[in-house]
Amino acid sequence: MSAVALPALRRVVRDRDDWLVLGLILAFGVFFLVALVLPVGIMLSRSLQDTAGNFVGLANYRTYFATPALLQSIANSFFVAALSTLIVVVLAFIYAYALTRSHMPFRTFFKVIAFVPLLMPGLLKAIALVYWFGNQGVLKSALFGASIYGPIGIVSASVLWTFPHAVMILSTALLMSDARLYESAEALKTSRLRTFRLVTLPAVRYGLISTAIFVFIQVLTDFGIPKVIGGGYNVLATDIYKEVVGQQNFAMGAVVSVVLLIPAVAAFIIDRIVTGRQVAQLSARAVPYAPKPSPAFDRAMLIYCSVITVLTLAVIGMAQFAAVVKFWPYNLQFTLAHYSFDVEGVGWDNFGNSLILAFSVATLGCVLSFVSAYLVEKPRHDQKARQVLHMVALIPMAIPGLVLGLGYLLFVNSPSNPLGFLYGTLALLALSTVSHYYTVIHLTAITALKQMDREFESVAASLKVSLVKSFFRVTVPVCAPAILDIWIYLFLNSMTTVSAAIFLYGIHTKLASIAVIHLDEAGRLASAAAMGMLIVYACVVVRLVHVFVSSRVLLRTQRWRATASAS
Amino acid sequence: MNLPQLQSGRTLRFARAVLLAGFAALSFAAKAGEITVYAAVEADNLKFFGDAFTKAHPGIKVNWVRDSTGIIHARLLAEKDNPRADAIFGMSVTNTIALEGMGLLQPYEPKGLDKIGALYRSKTNPPNWTGLYGWGSVVCFNTIEAKKSNLQKPVVWADLGEPAYKGKITMPNPASSGTGYLMVSGWIQMFGEEKAWAFMDKLHQNIAAYSHSGSKPCEQAAAGEYVVGLSLPLRGARLKEQGAPLDLVIPKEGTGWEMQVAGILKGAKNIADARTFMDWTVSQSAMEAYGRRAEVTAYAVNVPRSEHLPADLVPKMIKNDFDWAAKNQSRVIAEWRKRYDAKTEPKK
Repeated sequence: MSAVALPALRRVVRDRDDWLVLGLILAFGVFFLVALVLPVGIMLSRSLQDTAGNFVGLANYRTYFATPALLQSIANSFFVAALSTLIVVVLAFIYAYALTRSHMPFRTFFKVIAFVPLLMPGLLKAIALVYWFGNQGVLKSALFGASIYGPIGIVSASVLWTFPHAVMILSTALLMSDARLYESAEALKTSRLRTFRLVTLPAVRYGLISTAIFVFIQVLTDFGIPKVIGGGYNVLATDIYKEVVGQQNFAMGAVVSVVLLIPAVAAFIIDRIVTGRQVAQLSARAVPYAPKPSPAFDRAMLIYCSVITVLTLAVIGMAQFAAVVKFWPYNLQFTLAHYSFDVEGVGWDNFGNSLILAFSVATLGCVLSFVSAYLVEKPRHDQKARQVLHMVALIPMAIPGLVLGLGYLLFVNSPSNPLGFLYGTLALLALSTVSHYYTVIHLTAITALKQMDREFESVAASLKVSLVKSFFRVTVPVCAPAILDIWIYLFLNSMTTVSAAIFLYGIHTKLASIAVIHLDEAGRLASAAAMGMLIVYACVVVRLVHVFVSSRVLLRTQRWRATASAS
Repeated sequence: MNLPQLQSGRTLRFARAVLLAGFAALSFAAKAGEITVYAAVEADNLKFFGDAFTKAHPGIKVNWVRDSTGIIHARLLAEKDNPRADAIFGMSVTNTIALEGMGLLQPYEPKGLDKIGALYRSKTNPPNWTGLYGWGSVVCFNTIEAKKSNLQKPVVWADLGEPAYKGKITMPNPASSGTGYLMVSGWIQMFGEEKAWAFMDKLHQNIAAYSHSGSKPCEQAAAGEYVVGLSLPLRGARLKEQGAPLDLVIPKEGTGWEMQVAGILKGAKNIADARTFMDWTVSQSAMEAYGRRAEVTAYAVNVPRSEHLPADLVPKMIKNDFDWAAKNQSRVIAEWRKRYDAKTEPKK
């Protein structure tokens, strides 16, 4: 390559690996420019224009801040996001702790159960919650007269929805730990609680903070849940929906989006501060921790996980029930009639599209996120460029799907864009979906990589093992569990995604998740539930295959963990 | 930039392959005998109307892109400089007047236009859009739940402002739903601004929640979540078919309504077939298809209506000024939000 011949810039001496890194960083720059920065930039720039597209400066902001509903929406948004975060972080931490640090039986089963809410399209969760707790709900009295339509509904649905994400990030953080610290603690007769406080918590501090930030921002930016179950409880995300879909006022929609971006930027700053303090937990000499049986603790964890499992199954069970009863709540006879979808544009091809999309997104996103995380975490040079890459990878979390979808719509339809031919294709849907979920997969990969000592790379370098070789021989196998988690996470999310896709599907590329919405709009709630359940069945099958394949892969790549526990 | 011959040949071939793959994936391509129509029609009705069109014109394949009015409208605005569709169908007239104002439509006089009244076409000549059918707003009233809480059926709109209905009513939020706006616009046109706002102030006291979709209130009434849902009669009829214990009530004073229209988009790729399509939208066979699924059609046809629709609906539709509704939309919605949207938490 000609690059080798170029003189080294400044005093940095670059070898071939460093050039490879720089090249990859630049390639990611182009990717993010097309897949994120330009579409979102176009959308947000609308906040400075009037409806005819003329530049009006901050006039829209002045109009917006003069609206009395604003402060209420901001307060509401923060309230539901903060409350959901608190609940999810506690619930998911205990759950992830049980999965990774206990000897309770059925751990694989509980790991699969944790993902169940991910299998369900948003509308399905809302139907289930309404059938349980609505005014005709089976357990209506459990709310003591309060209404499910409003903050209670938003918080419960959000907790349900973000729980799998949180368990995923926290399990990754908890999996990587140094057994030697625990051995020392035991040798020093440190109490279990003290060990937890002094060893476990500091080790997963970074994971905890990322989880909290992630959940907070997700709940803050999601419009699907407040739209279907929020009743009249206004939040910022539904304000965007009102402006854009209700009144086609892109400018005001963009203004609200910018307001929503502010907490995300704050989250980024917090993340930088914490990362600055973070040191690798898993040094090259670390011995992976393997939990030892402890009957009382294991039993407590088993009970806890069983309770969560019952709750999760109650939700999905109610959704299944909704799909097979004649007319809720007045005629509860069994019927399969709702599974025949005789309406325009809804059928099995939607389903095929969804599967193709999910496989491509999962595979593409898996590769991209792991490489981008590696580039951020491991190389020696290009500090600035890598920081920028990390920063850009954190942006998608802050962008509501609705805004991303509209941005893509405006971007791909701009007459000067050579990518216009992508409009309506699955390729564009895949790109937007990868982009939409990028932050969480990037962070998961980072969390896994962070816990690997940089010494691995130094040793590889001094042994003259190429970066590529050490990446494939050491990094990828060590992080195999995280990579497999990323794959399934993306797959399941792509099966249920709606918010960005609703603006981007074409004549032949409608997705099953969109069909669910269309069935609901046609007044066929039970059919919508049935279509939603079809998505669930497919996800369950893929998830089970994934568990099987994972166990094979993990057996091959993670044997070192087992050796450690045997010693 | 002297690239070696071989490599540039390879580059070209690669570029060609990429381009070909791109075209193969082209999803909004124009082909003779094929048109793309954006339809804001409910999916089951669209199948019914689409089948009727295919029967009349088997040679033209319609690629339907169906979604809610708001989504279709947003797509059309985004595609303004790069139109992808040939025509719109079943779009609400309020939204269409806005699109017309932005110059997104092109005029065409469909065959049989003379059968259509002045209200059912745009003011321009030839018209930018023509009307298809219309639907009004209705009170979906759950009889079982009403008995449980001892509620009387409303007779006039003002009844819904009575304290007995407190926390029992839902309606669509006019800021997010066209159906919500047609109600508000209907009340203002019937009662005049002052009285209409006074009525809405009272109604607001009784509203349990404002929904983001026009049909949700009727569904919630059908499922007994709330006793009263201000919504669409067609949805009410569909739910009654499925067994919902609903009465569809139209208060005495009358009811606001909205018309659905069709038009050809500026930049349509397949004008000839789009015009054939427009001719069909006002044809006898099309009207008969609408007549079976809607309350009122652009001209009268003699077909059986759904037995579940209220019989007095058509006479009670107000004399509607669609231009007024379109022009005043942002002002009315802003006023509505100022009054009610800041405190729309569910009431008990």
